Amino acid sequence: MVIRMERLKHGLKLYCHYVSISIKSMMQYKTSFFLTALGQFLVSFNVFLGIHFMFLRFHTVNGFTYSEVLLCFSIVLLEFSVAEMIARGFDTFSQMVRTGSFDTILVRPRNEILQVLGSKFELTRIGRMLQATIVFLYAVLHCNVGWNFAKVMTVIFMIVGGTAVFSGLFTVYAAFCFFTLDGLEFMNVFTDGAREFGKYPIGIYGKKMLLFTTFVIPYALVQYYPLLYLTNRTDDVINILIPLCAVFFLIPCYAFWKFGVRHYKSSGS
Amino acid sequence: MITMENVCKSYKVAKRNAGFKAACKAFFHREYEIINALSDVSFTINDGEMVGYIGPNGAGKSSTIKILSGILTPDSGTVLVDGRIPYQDRINHVSNIGVVFGQRSQLWWDVPVIDSFELLRDIYSIPGNLYKNNVEELTELLGLQELLRSPARQLSLGQRMRCEIAASLIHSPKILFLDEPTIGLDAVSKIAVREFIKKQNELHGTTVILTTHDMQDIEALSKRIILVGKGKILLDGSLEEIKKGNANIDETVAELYRSFEI
Repeated sequence: MVIRMERLKHGLKLYCHYVSISIKSMMQYKTSFFLTALGQFLVSFNVFLGIHFMFLRFHTVNGFTYSEVLLCFSIVLLEFSVAEMIARGFDTFSQMVRTGSFDTILVRPRNEILQVLGSKFELTRIGRMLQATIVFLYAVLHCNVGWNFAKVMTVIFMIVGGTAVFSGLFTVYAAFCFFTLDGLEFMNVFTDGAREFGKYPIGIYGKKMLLFTTFVIPYALVQYYPLLYLTNRTDDVINILIPLCAVFFLIPCYAFWKFGVRHYKSSGS
Repeated sequence: MITMENVCKSYKVAKRNAGFKAACKAFFHREYEIINALSDVSFTINDGEMVGYIGPNGAGKSSTIKILSGILTPDSGTVLVDGRIPYQDRINHVSNIGVVFGQRSQLWWDVPVIDSFELLRDIYSIPGNLYKNNVEELTELLGLQELLRSPARQLSLGQRMRCEIAASLIHSPKILFLDEPTIGLDAVSKIAVREFIKKQNELHGTTVILTTHDMQDIEALSKRIILVGKGKILLDGSLEEIKKGNANIDETVAELYRSFEI
């Protein structure tokens, strides 16, 4: 156990070192950094406006009020942007596999995922993160949740679980590259798509969708069920802990990744 | 000690004719060809040896290096490096080897070389003292004083290669794999790199396996050569055995290639 903790500590330290190198690299290209961050901010601002204008016409969606939907959306956005910051390095992973630069990762005595993510830390996503935080604070102040300790914990668990779900999806996305040698755009349906339709509580999409997002890709665990608790639609305290279950989603994702690594073929020369 | 016994590795390569029409056809129906990169390769390399691994393009040199460094998994056969199976015990294995891919940079592109070295120190968990000594030694032997503070992308090829080699030795590995380390270097850099590798072997007893097309590399560095062609080992012996009298090394090797029809 102690050795394990020691290894974890060392891994974290190494990740931070990787991140500092990434930041140093990005600072070499100042303009690009600011423009990308601004772009990210504006893109998600659009989504926010979309919700805003819709609620100017309709006042509730399936019984959820404007501020409740906003809370839901802001939490999903926050989960997504944290996951993106950590795991979006996988976005350019297909290039790494195709050109064979994944070789360099394999000849170093560290976990491959740690190295891939470390080498492509996305600080530019800070724009989206900022956006998410602002919307989140706004939603927290304006919805009638009646905050108490349990509810604060629920939100924290939602963010932890949601970050895990999105990170897992990014990992699966990357593992596909070992077989297709190319990124699969269709995977974006599950990542970017989930962020988009995650604006609204998943329950409104119907029963089948709810089942799918409970047992296959566990969005509902980090969004719908805890939201019911936050908005006082249920008193069942199990809903506080449900989001944490979503963390188990990482296990099959990691297994799939390992399976992919074994199929890595490198490139010529 | 490195042993390879009856190792086979094959790739599936997609083939198509040139042109847009052929590309469309291949999109729906792809023709594959199985290429045997390695068939039944066996050899043993002892500690402290310097071995030149030569052969024409596509002979299977890089595949061998990749299997030995744990990147690729062979289809069949056994591979043991210091008692470990590289592709199964990857993390323990790679902390004891150094690899230089001549065609591929291992340094971080946009930051000064010394930053890359420091990250490598953390990756390999090199103790502070050892790291300091190694950097000092490598800096002196490879003449890196002026280079360490420049970003890798602004170095010339020769300068970068010297830094790459230093980076691969920073954790004092017992075995060093060099995949075309002198590719594209000018005469001065080539000689510097060769001298350094030689010295490394003498000072630390590092086992060196080197693939190259530059026969002067082989002549300067290795007593033993292994010749591969079409995935098979055709010859394993000393340079003197192959050389006829005072013939030029390039001609000798060209003659060899012709005699084996590779």
